[in-house]
Amino acid sequence: MECSFALTGKDYVLVAADTTSARSIIKMKIDEDKIKTLSPHLLMAYSGEPGDTVQFAEYIERNIRLYHIRNLYPLRPQSAAAWIRRSLAESLRSRHPYSVNLLVGGFDTADQSPHLYWIDYLGTMATVPYAAHGYGSYFASSLLDRYHNPDGTLEEGLATLRRAIDETSKRLIVAPGKYMVKVVDKDGIREIEL
Amino acid sequence: MNSFASRFIASSAENEIRQAKAMAEEEGLTDAMWGSDAGFGSLVTGHAFNVPAVPDPSAFLRLHTDDHADPNCKIKIQHGTTTLAFRYKGGVIVAVDSRATAGSYIASGTVKKVIEINPYLLGTMAGGAADCQYWETYLGIQCRLHELRNKERISVSAASKYLSNLVYSYKGMGLSMGTMICGWDKTGPAVFYVDSDGTRLKGDLFSVGSGSTFAYGVLDQGYSWDMSDEEAQELGRRSIYAAGHRDAFSGNTINLYHVQEDGWKFIGNYDVTKMHYEGPGPDVPGAPVGGYGYDVRTHGRFSVLPTAVPA
Repeated sequence: MECSFALTGKDYVLVAADTTSARSIIKMKIDEDKIKTLSPHLLMAYSGEPGDTVQFAEYIERNIRLYHIRNLYPLRPQSAAAWIRRSLAESLRSRHPYSVNLLVGGFDTADQSPHLYWIDYLGTMATVPYAAHGYGSYFASSLLDRYHNPDGTLEEGLATLRRAIDETSKRLIVAPGKYMVKVVDKDGIREIEL
Repeated sequence: MNSFASRFIASSAENEIRQAKAMAEEEGLTDAMWGSDAGFGSLVTGHAFNVPAVPDPSAFLRLHTDDHADPNCKIKIQHGTTTLAFRYKGGVIVAVDSRATAGSYIASGTVKKVIEINPYLLGTMAGGAADCQYWETYLGIQCRLHELRNKERISVSAASKYLSNLVYSYKGMGLSMGTMICGWDKTGPAVFYVDSDGTRLKGDLFSVGSGSTFAYGVLDQGYSWDMSDEEAQELGRRSIYAAGHRDAFSGNTINLYHVQEDGWKFIGNYDVTKMHYEGPGPDVPGAPVGGYGYDVRTHGRFSVLPTAVPA
């Protein structure tokens, strides 16, 4: 089943999401990228109802891009997260609400600080040092309570992330096989091989 | 007076339908349009479908078609199927079975589950037969219009996205389709999986339908990018046979297509039972000698030595 994790460290945010897309008991694809790059310093991991996820993520991606084109500077992570949350909250009271859960991680170049937001399909938003969605969150939350270091190095953050993923693989019967990991810091966004 | 009152007491869905009917009458839409334009006469004014006059049309549909909940339901929709498509260096192989079931009844054994959208595009049919046939034919119309407008063939990616956006707009209204849009465009061979949830996936290898798990078992193990054309066609045929053998809702015959740079080609129709006992025959390239069936394949080989018969 779908799992995504994210954590902050000293001047960076790590975002990880599994790469399977499934239909009932069948894996239809094992290398799907479920982390969108919204702007040079902003990442969004998405999961939830098939169909809704990609439609909503592309809608967000293009509107954030439009803002960047119109204003010549990107939306800051705080504002982007607030706008994304509002989009979900407005959709919730419409005829067809989007059932999408999100982790939004970004690096604010204005004050050189990492930001992470946990957002669910009901439009709940929380500013957090680490976050998880899906069944993996039942294992990772307590683990991250114990091991997360808010000013850890990137290496330390990756080790903690690996701990969370390994624990999920060990205990969850429907654990995903592969994850994609991306990091955002002052230099922008890059993919990391775990 | 009647219309004034009904405007306030009826549900909004009923009102919409009444307005649509009134509009159709005003604009002179006649039943003849359905015959003369292959059922696409409604294109003149955009889509207009008759929806049951109840607040939740999909719940209404489910009530009368869901035979899991109620085996005595009046309408049974064609569901069981096995379809597959995969991409390799020599193009795309598309293989499907031909059985249509309605509940436990085999309604037909000669269904065409590959929809020939145009000479370069194929669509497969799983889920609701009518939904797939109607919307993939409609997709064919839109692909032709794209060609006329842009003086260029539509890419497989764009065609599949057109379909996925279209079915997504009907999400929750009871559409049921799981399809692979296959073809050859500027980027080479391409396969996209599109379903009525709105999921659209680009990939090398897909199988859809009740027999898909059985097909995957054979397909995944035999697949490689560098296969020859003969090996690829044999793999497609062998995989659908496997599903036709193991899945009660798939079978009868196999339809095999091959898409190359110059468009798709129909390779052949193969009887599943004949594949079991005899195989595709000596004149089919890439096929083994003898049948696919386990007993046929292993005839005369035993894991236990035959007990010696006392003289």
